[in-house]
Amino acid sequence: MKTLEIKNLHARVEEKSILNGVNLSVQKGEVHAIMGPNGSGKSTLANVLAGRDSYEVTDGEVLYEGKNLLEMETEDRAREGLFMAFQYPVEIPGVNNSYFLKAALNAVRKHRGLPDLDAIEFMQHVKQKAKILSVDPTLLSRSVNEGFSGGEKKRNEIFQMAVLEPRLCIMDETDSGLDIDALKIVASGVNTLRSPERTIVVITHYQRLLNYIVPDFVHVLSGGRIIRSGGKELALELEEKGYGSIEAHSEPQPAPTA
Amino acid sequence: MGPVSEANPWGVIMSTSTETIEQLATREYKYGFETEVDALTIPKGLDEDTIRRIWELKEEPAWMLEWRLRALRAWQKMNEPVWPNVTYPAIDYQEMSYYSAPSAKKTLESLDDLDPEIKRTFDKLGIPLDEQKMLGGVAVDAVFDSVSVATTFKKKLGDLGIIFCSFSEAIQEHPELVRQYMGSVVPYTDNFFASLNSAVFTDGSFVYVPKGVRCPMELSTYFRINARNTGQFERTLIVADEGAYVSYLEGCTAPKRDENQLHAAVVELVALDNATVKYSTVQNWYPGDKEGRGGIYNFVTKRGKCTGVSSKITWTQVETGSAITWKYPSCILQGDNSVGEFYSVAVVNNRQQADTGTKMVHLGKNTRSTIVSKGISAGVGQNTYRGLVKVSKSAENARNYSQCDSLLIGDTCGAHTFPYIEVKNPTATVEHEASTSKIGEDQIFYCRQRGLSTEDSVNIIVNGFCKEVFRELPMEFAVEAQKLLGISLEGSVG
Repeated sequence: MKTLEIKNLHARVEEKSILNGVNLSVQKGEVHAIMGPNGSGKSTLANVLAGRDSYEVTDGEVLYEGKNLLEMETEDRAREGLFMAFQYPVEIPGVNNSYFLKAALNAVRKHRGLPDLDAIEFMQHVKQKAKILSVDPTLLSRSVNEGFSGGEKKRNEIFQMAVLEPRLCIMDETDSGLDIDALKIVASGVNTLRSPERTIVVITHYQRLLNYIVPDFVHVLSGGRIIRSGGKELALELEEKGYGSIEAHSEPQPAPTA
Repeated sequence: MGPVSEANPWGVIMSTSTETIEQLATREYKYGFETEVDALTIPKGLDEDTIRRIWELKEEPAWMLEWRLRALRAWQKMNEPVWPNVTYPAIDYQEMSYYSAPSAKKTLESLDDLDPEIKRTFDKLGIPLDEQKMLGGVAVDAVFDSVSVATTFKKKLGDLGIIFCSFSEAIQEHPELVRQYMGSVVPYTDNFFASLNSAVFTDGSFVYVPKGVRCPMELSTYFRINARNTGQFERTLIVADEGAYVSYLEGCTAPKRDENQLHAAVVELVALDNATVKYSTVQNWYPGDKEGRGGIYNFVTKRGKCTGVSSKITWTQVETGSAITWKYPSCILQGDNSVGEFYSVAVVNNRQQADTGTKMVHLGKNTRSTIVSKGISAGVGQNTYRGLVKVSKSAENARNYSQCDSLLIGDTCGAHTFPYIEVKNPTATVEHEASTSKIGEDQIFYCRQRGLSTEDSVNIIVNGFCKEVFRELPMEFAVEAQKLLGISLEGSVG
């Protein structure tokens, strides 16, 4: 079953067109890496999928579990199981992490017709996730991302992902700003959450993250289009030859058959 | 008295634009209903005869008439203040009535004697006046228009020697306490609105906690303006004798009306040696509609005096209502080692204006004060913090910490800060911190991406911003305050 199907997606920010016909099909349970140089449209793609208002879709279609994703409100996409791990997680001063997560989790549960978790059930759920990911439980009593180091912010994203149990995770440059130790911790968190029920799209500039989160497929995004797709060895080729050589040799991507 | 000052551009921080944050319609004010009761309302206008009429109606002792008349004469020589950073059309003080009271039996033997319509009003407001239905541990004095209509748990408190009654009753029953303390913190010459109040005030609450007694429950007054074209002028006096402790809460609502109504209250707090008074306000007067029609002018003088050594006064206020708010709950720190605190959340949405803050006057040695002010502006609301920290020559080792934070929602509101600091003693330590932030599109997007609606996102962000103040409120009221904030800001972000 397809979790995500992107067809001929065009999008712009203000007047600048950034995505120029992206086609991508992701099966349930797969891990796809989208790589590309700066300005290729990677983050735009992530934000369009998550539903950020400042990005305007001008053409194309996105199906998420068979439903028209682009028609859904941002929060409904989240409630339907789409999670974006932010490149720059936002600070919310004074708002306790666990309070925030409980509100989010119960919003998601309500949408799915499940009863709210009470304080005790919630803490049990959260502590279990913290344990699996080896996250320090004191993180829960701190304000959302406030005063967190870069590494802590990214770990908090993975932790939120674990708590909310999404079906599609979009990781937007999760490796940016992390040193190698932090990168390993974050990657191992993601690997822990890999499952046949969960689809993961990893967006990254560098191949190094893919040493730890090994993808099933790699796509190269350039000029707002996917110019090449392959297996995990494509990432290594990129590492060796750089984006330039692939861009130079790429053939225009054929339109998907309807 | 002409219209009041133009907005002062000094210190103005205007928000910048964010495309995705825009105005939507605000939610209806849910307390805007009106109650049909028979009332005795005296004719409009204000002169010495009006005062005599009020005095007669209230059957007060002679000294009260004298006090009222002195206040009136002082008021007649005063001008309405023009320095607040708010604008409104001139108020015609001869065009309103200064006394309106539900006509009922003068003294209520029990709560059963209360006009059922009034009782229903308070039920509707979530303030049931039946003692068995009351919030556990909260005694309520209910003020309807100008008159205190019911005070609960009087007997239980009386057993401890605590006096909790309407101001009128205190004048009759405890004249010595009233004469000793009334005007001792806010004299009848204090300012235009305080003098007006002193002349015409009709009722309010009175609290006296005797030596060494810790008041076992929250005391609360609930003010309700009902009648048209009347002002509400209530007066509250709280005295905590040596070593006493009392926590007091005030709540208020008014019907929705197209015209503005004046509410000019005075609150005086007195803390003797080692006494503590906590005064919390959740102010939710009708704020007017989206275009700024109607709403309450909330021009209030609140001041506490830490007379005794090691005494403490804490003001906590959550100001969400009123078309215009003008108030500066203050502390005079006279006793050595006394402590003054001010925690405030002020919200303006649509066309609301608030000019609020505090004054901390350090007179005694080792006096300490803390100011935490959180201003939230949305719509085209204008929010001003105005504060004075004054350390007199005598105040050795005085310390103050002030923190003023402003949060802007949208790009058409304003936040203004006017902190005044006057230090006359070199041993003083005065700290002031200020910040201005904006609810960003990125914060809202982050919350929505986690599954929260836009409204819930704003609520969570705003409540986080106010956390330091909310934790000072008694538990039940902290919950109420959070909800109120949500309602006030509903629709401020699209």
